[in-house]
Amino acid sequence: MSVKVTIDGIAIDVEPGTSILNAARQIGGDIVPPAMCYYSKLKDSGGKCRTCLVKVSKGSEKDPRPMPKLVASCRTTVMDGMEVQNITSPEVIEARKGIVEMLLINHPLDCPICDQAGECDLQNLGFEHGAVKTRYEFDRRTFEKIDIGDKIQLHMTRCILCYRCVFTADQITDHRIHGILNRGDHSEISTYITAAVDNDFSGNVIDVCPVGALTDKTFRFKNRVWFTKPVEAHRDCDHEKCNGKVTLWYKGEEVLRVTARKDQYGEVEEFICNTCRFDKKKTSDWVIDGPRKVSHKSVISSNHYEFIPLPVVKTNPVLIEANKEQFERDNRL
Amino acid sequence: MARKLLLEHINVPGINTFDVYRSKGGYASVEKALKTMSPDAVVEEVKKSGLRGRGGAGFPTGMKWSFLAKPEGVARYLVCNADESEPGTFKDRYLMTYIPHLLIEGMIVSSFALGAKVSYIYVRGEMMPQIRILEKAIAEAKAKGFLGKNILGSGYDLELYVQPGGGAYICGEETALLESLEGKRGNPRIKPPFPAIAGLYGCPTVVNNVESIAAVVPIINEGGEEYAKVGIGRSTGTKLISAGGNVKNPGVYEIDLGLPVEEFLYSDEYCGGIANGKRLKAVVAGGSSVPILPANLFLKTINNEPRLMSYESLADGGFVSGTMMGSGGFIAFDEDQCIVRNTWNFTRFYHHESCGQCSPCREGTGWMEKVLHRLEHGHGRLSDMDLLVDVSKKIEGNTICPLGDAAAWPVASAIRHFRDEFEWHVTNPSEAVARNYGIAHYADPLVKPEAVA
Repeated sequence: MSVKVTIDGIAIDVEPGTSILNAARQIGGDIVPPAMCYYSKLKDSGGKCRTCLVKVSKGSEKDPRPMPKLVASCRTTVMDGMEVQNITSPEVIEARKGIVEMLLINHPLDCPICDQAGECDLQNLGFEHGAVKTRYEFDRRTFEKIDIGDKIQLHMTRCILCYRCVFTADQITDHRIHGILNRGDHSEISTYITAAVDNDFSGNVIDVCPVGALTDKTFRFKNRVWFTKPVEAHRDCDHEKCNGKVTLWYKGEEVLRVTARKDQYGEVEEFICNTCRFDKKKTSDWVIDGPRKVSHKSVISSNHYEFIPLPVVKTNPVLIEANKEQFERDNRL
Repeated sequence: MARKLLLEHINVPGINTFDVYRSKGGYASVEKALKTMSPDAVVEEVKKSGLRGRGGAGFPTGMKWSFLAKPEGVARYLVCNADESEPGTFKDRYLMTYIPHLLIEGMIVSSFALGAKVSYIYVRGEMMPQIRILEKAIAEAKAKGFLGKNILGSGYDLELYVQPGGGAYICGEETALLESLEGKRGNPRIKPPFPAIAGLYGCPTVVNNVESIAAVVPIINEGGEEYAKVGIGRSTGTKLISAGGNVKNPGVYEIDLGLPVEEFLYSDEYCGGIANGKRLKAVVAGGSSVPILPANLFLKTINNEPRLMSYESLADGGFVSGTMMGSGGFIAFDEDQCIVRNTWNFTRFYHHESCGQCSPCREGTGWMEKVLHRLEHGHGRLSDMDLLVDVSKKIEGNTICPLGDAAAWPVASAIRHFRDEFEWHVTNPSEAVARNYGIAHYADPLVKPEAVA
C-alpha cells in the first residue's frame, strides 16, 4: 500500500504517513524544500521556521481542492494523488524569500568570525533562497555569550529559535535543563538560573544547531572548517547508546574536532556521546575508515580537489581579439 | 427594542446568585436537556440554530461539535475559552461578572451534548475577580445538585473547573490554550491534528467561546428553529458587542444580528453617536485584529448599500473594502484620532504578544512595529508604506496560528484606506508630531467606482 504524490511534476510512490518534505527528499535534487527546524531524527520537530512552505495545488484524489494557504511541507502528510508545487510556484519562491529575510533580521553578520561558517544551514539558505540586500534598518537584538556546561558555548544572538536543541535534550539525553525563556523576538534559549548542561549526550546540541549559536568550546576559533579535512573513523565506545561512528576533522596530523557523521541535509546519521566528541582527540584513539565525502558544492571540499576533474580550458577567439584591441588602445599614447 | 436572549435579566438585583437566577427561569435548559433529550438531539438543535462561534472566526458551533471524534473508552473534554484578550473586546468579562450562572448552565448542557465528564473554563489570569465569581457560582450549582455526580437524577456526571491562565494573548488561540491548560508553555500546536481529534491530553476536545456556550441556553430553551428566526441570513441569533472608543455610551450591547450599523452607532438605545459632538473618522468593527475601515466605507458598502451588523455584511467587499465581525470589539475613532499612531499601537501589542515560535510572526511583527514607530515620530520615508504592505503580506498566511494574520491585517488595511495620512506624516514630519491629520475625506460620501470597460 503506497500513495502517489507529484512534486513539481515528478511523481513518486511513498509510504502512507510520509511528509511532503520526506517525499521530496526521496526524489532528491532541486525540488527538496530547505528546512531549518525540521530534523528527521527528532520527533515533533519542524513546522516553526516556515522555510519549507510549499503550495498544494491538489489536495488528493478524493478531494482535489487546493489547500488555501501555503503549508509547511515537513509537517504535512501526503495524500494519494496530491500535487505539490515547490520551485515551480512563484508564490512559494516569494514567500520563502520573505522568510529568509525575516530569519536574517536578527541574525548578526559575523560569519567571518563564526565557527559555523562553511557548514551553516542559514548561510546556505540565504545564498540559495534569499534576497541580495536586507531592507531592515534597525538595531538587531543581542545577547551576552554564555557557557552552558564546560564544553558548550551558547551565543544567543545567532539563534534562529528552531527548537532543535530542545527536542534533542528531550529525546536523546536523559533530562533537559535548557529551554526557551520569554516570548516573541526576545525569547532566548537558556538554562534555568545558569545551571550547567551536563550529561553524556549533551554535545549533540552542537551538531543539530543549524547556525553558530551552540558551538564546541574545544574547537572554537581553532580553524575554519574549509581548511580542515574530514575523515571517517570509529572506535569501540563503551557507552551503550553510542556506537562510536564519527567524523574526525584533521588539520595536518592534528585532530581539531570530532563530530557525528552528517548526511547531505546536515542531519547526523547517529548521535555520539560526549567522550567521543570532546575527549578522544588523538589519531591513536580511532580506527580510520577513509575520507569523508563532502558534496563538491560545499565550501568544505574547496581545498580537496581529488574528486573534481579540472575544468576544461578553451581558447576564446573573440576574447583574444578583444584583448588585443584593448592592449593597442592602452598603449597608443 | 429587540428582545434580549442572553442579557434579558441582567438588571435584576442579585442575578449573580443561584436563587435569583433560578427564580428567573435559570437552569431550565439543563432540566430540559438532561431529562427529555439525548446528547445527539442537543447537537442537532444547535446545528439547526445556525449558531456561529462568537470568538472571532465565526465557525458554525453545531458543525464543530459534530466533528468531535468519539472513540470508545477515551475521555472527551469541553473547554470554555474565557481568555478574552482581544483589544477592544470585553463582552465575556461582562457576562461572567454579572450573570455567571448563564455560562455554568451553558457549560452543563454543552458538556452533556458532547459527552464530556470533565470540563474546564480557562480564564485569563488578569480576570481574578471573575475567577472568584465563577468558582462561587460553581459551588452554588454543585450544592443544588446541578453539578457533580448524577445530575438531577439523570445519571450524568460532570465536574467543572476554572483554570486561571497566565495572561498571554496567544493563549486565546485554541491549541495554545490547551497547551497552557496542560501546564506547558503556551505555544500554538501545529495543525493537523485538530483538537476535535487530539486536543487536551491527546483526547478529543471542543474549545468554545464564552458567548457561544451561553447562547446554547436560549437555543435549548426555545428550540433551534426559533433561535434561527432572530438575525439575518446565515448570521442567526444575537451577538454581544463591546462598544468602545469615542462613542457617547460605551458598553456591552446585545444586538440582533442584521442591525444596521448606522442605527447601532447613532441611536440612543445603543452607542448614542460620537462623544462630544465630533464626527466619525474610522471604525474597527470586531476587535483589533480585523481590518480598519474609514467612516464612509464602514457605514455604506462599496455598492452604496447600508452595512449591517452581520457576519456577511461586514465582510462585504472582502479585504479590499470590507472588514470582519470578529469577536465584536467595536472601536470608533473620532476626527481627532491619529490612525498612524493607532496602527503603531496595535502592532506594538502584537509584537509584544507574539509567542516567538515561527519566524515570520516573531521577526515580522517587531519589524513592522519599528517602521511604524519611525513613521509616527516623524522619521519615516515614503517607501515605508510599501515596505509595510510587503512585510505584512509575507507574514499573512505563512504562520502556524492566526496571530500572524491578526498582526498583518490592521497594518495592511490602515495603509490601504489611510495612505494619505501616512504620507502626510512623512511629508510634514514636524507638523505630524504636533497635531493630527484630522478627518480629511474619510467621511465623504463614496464615489461610485467607474465601470472599467
